[in-house]
Amino acid sequence: MANPASRTLRHIGHTVIDGVWRLGYAARFFVFVLLRSAVSFRRIALTIREIYFAGVLSLIIILVSGLFVGMVLGLQGFDTLQRYGSAEAVGTLVALSLVRELGPVVAALLFASRAGSAMTAEIGLMKATEQITALEMMAVDPIARIVGPRFWAGVVSMPLLAALFSGMGILGGYLITVVLLGVDAGAFWSQMQASVDLREDVLNGVIKSIVFGVAVTAIALFEGYDAPPTAEGVSGATTRTVVTSSLAVLALDFVLTAFMFRGV
Amino acid sequence: MLDLWVGIFVAAGLAALLFLALQVSNASTFNTGDAYRVTAEFDNIGGLKVRAPVKSAGVLVGRVDAIEFDNQKFVARVTLRIDKRYEFPTDTAASILTSGLLGEQYIGLDGGGDTELLKDGGRMTLTQSAVVLEKLIGQFLYSRAAEGAAK
Repeated sequence: MANPASRTLRHIGHTVIDGVWRLGYAARFFVFVLLRSAVSFRRIALTIREIYFAGVLSLIIILVSGLFVGMVLGLQGFDTLQRYGSAEAVGTLVALSLVRELGPVVAALLFASRAGSAMTAEIGLMKATEQITALEMMAVDPIARIVGPRFWAGVVSMPLLAALFSGMGILGGYLITVVLLGVDAGAFWSQMQASVDLREDVLNGVIKSIVFGVAVTAIALFEGYDAPPTAEGVSGATTRTVVTSSLAVLALDFVLTAFMFRGV
Repeated sequence: MLDLWVGIFVAAGLAALLFLALQVSNASTFNTGDAYRVTAEFDNIGGLKVRAPVKSAGVLVGRVDAIEFDNQKFVARVTLRIDKRYEFPTDTAASILTSGLLGEQYIGLDGGGDTELLKDGGRMTLTQSAVVLEKLIGQFLYSRAAEGAAK
């Protein structure tokens, strides 16, 4: 009966069914969060507190990484472009790659590892120490009280963080190419302005970062809420949050880019 | 204290968005609101793309709005969106030019002497197609061969 072939088959079947079951549970959880998010807006102080933990505390890592990513882009772009005598186009290169792709994607990856993992660990520990059960005993809806404000805080913070990342990156590129390497400042800005479109590039970047914010926060909250109430379970859930949301951000980025920039 | 930090964060985020909108993108240099459309027909548009700049005397006056293929006359019909601030006479010549040797292609407008001005939906009749490198080389080789035969 228990020969290796049937055991392997049974294992694969179990993994697939388990995955689909979890996906269904995650979808139901997501709908619940949306349905009960009225509390997040009625008691705005709760949401503001979570914006502080998710957004404000991520500021340092976002600003510093943005600055360095922009500086590297400027340095590498300048190195290649000056061979073709068009070093002024480095502004276009830095701005387009940041606003369209790197800003939303890298900010979302950093957000997942900085704020997403913290959310998972916090909710997982609340579950392990039976605080969530205690809330239910007091007839307080834990999804409305705990999950909702964190979700909306993530959705609000993500586009702002991505915009700050792109802005800092462009300043970093400016610092390296104009101040250090001597590209003309007027050409740097005017070439950038000539090829970056407000709707096509900037707005699509903002839409991307909102989608990433929803995905990362929803995954982090679900993993926390679904974590086995043990020390091992919480640590596993935290790891899964970072891995799953990073993969989700990269996959979603491909899909969104294919939709948005098809004609360009 | 918490509210103060969140306020600073939101204000900084909005400022970054404003920076991207005004300083980085072209919203400030070209207002897409007030513009009129004119069409021009070209035998060959080369590598011209939608959103390519339309320049007159080197100044950005508009952008390419749409490019279609006319199946009756077998020409390319290009729609240009030109800023309302700039008006051109009806005999304005439109030519497809390249900025630099490897740069992007754009449409250059040379104003004519007509007293009537182009209106929304108007048509430019004087056009000059893009220079296609293969045709240029072909012409050069042909003329060299003709010279050789004459000798």
